[in-house]
Amino acid sequence: MKDFIKIENLYFQYESSEENENRSYALSGVDLTINKGEFVAIVGHNGCGKSTLAKHLNSIYLPTTGDVTVNGINTKDDDRIFEIRKTVGLVLQNPDNQIVAGIVEEDVAFGCENIGVEQKEIRKRVDNALKAVDMYDYRLHSPDKLSGGQKQRIAIAGIIAMEPECIVLDEPTAMLDPQGRDEVMNTILRLNKEMGITIILITHFMEEAVLAGRVIVMDSGKVLLDGTPKKVFSQVELMKKHRLSVPQATELIYRLRNCGYELPDCVLDEEECVQALEKLLK
Amino acid sequence: MSVIKAENISFVYSPGTAFEKKALDNVSFEIEEGEFVGIIGHTGSGKSTLVQLLNGLLRPSAGKIYLDGKDIWEKPKKIRNVRFRVGMVFQYPEYQLFEETVYKDISFGPGNMGLDEEETDKRVRKAAEFTGLKEELLEVSPFDLSGGEKRRAAIAGVIAMDPDVLILDEPTAGLDPLGREALLSQIADYHKVRKNTVMLVSHSMEDIAAIADRILVMAKGKKYMLDSTANVFAKGDELEKLGLKVPQVTKIMMMLRKKGINVDPAVLTVDQGFNEILNCLSAR
Repeated sequence: MKDFIKIENLYFQYESSEENENRSYALSGVDLTINKGEFVAIVGHNGCGKSTLAKHLNSIYLPTTGDVTVNGINTKDDDRIFEIRKTVGLVLQNPDNQIVAGIVEEDVAFGCENIGVEQKEIRKRVDNALKAVDMYDYRLHSPDKLSGGQKQRIAIAGIIAMEPECIVLDEPTAMLDPQGRDEVMNTILRLNKEMGITIILITHFMEEAVLAGRVIVMDSGKVLLDGTPKKVFSQVELMKKHRLSVPQATELIYRLRNCGYELPDCVLDEEECVQALEKLLK
Repeated sequence: MSVIKAENISFVYSPGTAFEKKALDNVSFEIEEGEFVGIIGHTGSGKSTLVQLLNGLLRPSAGKIYLDGKDIWEKPKKIRNVRFRVGMVFQYPEYQLFEETVYKDISFGPGNMGLDEEETDKRVRKAAEFTGLKEELLEVSPFDLSGGEKRRAAIAGVIAMDPDVLILDEPTAGLDPLGREALLSQIADYHKVRKNTVMLVSHSMEDIAAIADRILVMAKGKKYMLDSTANVFAKGDELEKLGLKVPQVTKIMMMLRKKGINVDPAVLTVDQGFNEILNCLSAR
């Protein structure tokens, strides 16, 4: 479906306190459409507005001016807020802040219970969700004994069980070790490819962003770049000017290319980089 | 003489219960004065247990820890002094901020050490400077700071105690690339000026690669290796088997070598990789 999420002329200003009257806009004029089934990565510095944007997608924040619509429903429509939240699930950075129950499967069931899913149906959904994140064997464990990556996958399972059409993940791997990061990224990719869930991933890790189908770069509350990973990361100069990094593989090839060597426009990962260098060096 | 020496230390959580877990198993090493040592290891490898043993927050189940040649548990009642000398910055230290102003928060440690006001003031300002906290922020509430500033304020609180050994557990976790880079270079500058010993626990190999003299690799509660940064990253295959990740550019060099291209595997940064490839090209 086209225009699954539509953001039009979105401006957002945090409520000002007395000392802080002239707060600038956290978002100033964002226009985006996201289609169903897309995997979009949003990158940018702290304070660029990416988390603020994410929180607009399921009515946690409402636009100061402009509109956000999800499946045609305006997020300002107070009567349909539950529909929106059932459609767009949110996973946050710290897994410890998202776990509520003492047993994994109870935790995963929590969201479903809140939206009034029937008992039998919950059982089915929880089992399926745990299988989808590869944590079914841990269903009777206590979450506090799990690793960070496992906890984060439990948090994701809790969202999946609510059967959302879209999952927004706000730096889900920031607190994880490399292995936990891989586990979560593989899970996200699978949800997108196999279940067709629309994924919006906010991340600081460019190596994760290259796995998406589309990368949006935010800067000072605006969209700076929007395109395929190749298109975005080929703009090494622009990214650097805004003090954003590109993957090491991309930077290495870019710099060698600038020395006049015959190399591809833009490589995104180590395999492509090695292929290019092998040709050059052999 | 080594500033810290661990001799056959082991640590068991909840001994004698059903939850008994051996977190450290017969670990020995020595850290020289003024070194910058990175500690890496998979989650559950014993890194955090280890650093808590080094400043006496946990007591080894077996083995001894020496600070300047003295057993830190020789007089258990004096263990507080060890904690002043071995400063510890925990993960997400900003959750531990509690005072009314940033100044008061940073001065909490020096105050506990019984330093007079003048000395405390000097140390607070110095620590704020080291961590890049602007002077005017000292008088605001720590809860009004941004995430990055909070992190700096919390680190300043430990630096203000002027420890001989500074241990930082994942100081850059959750910061954006810019904040990470800035904080790391401030820690590096602090290390250069103060010339003390710094131990940095991190999952980010890129961070460690750029900054540490030596790296201690932990695996399953044991010391896997302790060697120079270049030597450790030259064993990229082994690190990957431990569930660790080498910097992407190091990985690229490893892959090129496997294809029979003779590049130096101990490349840790894009700069080094760039120069290494240029060398190879000009050598042909």
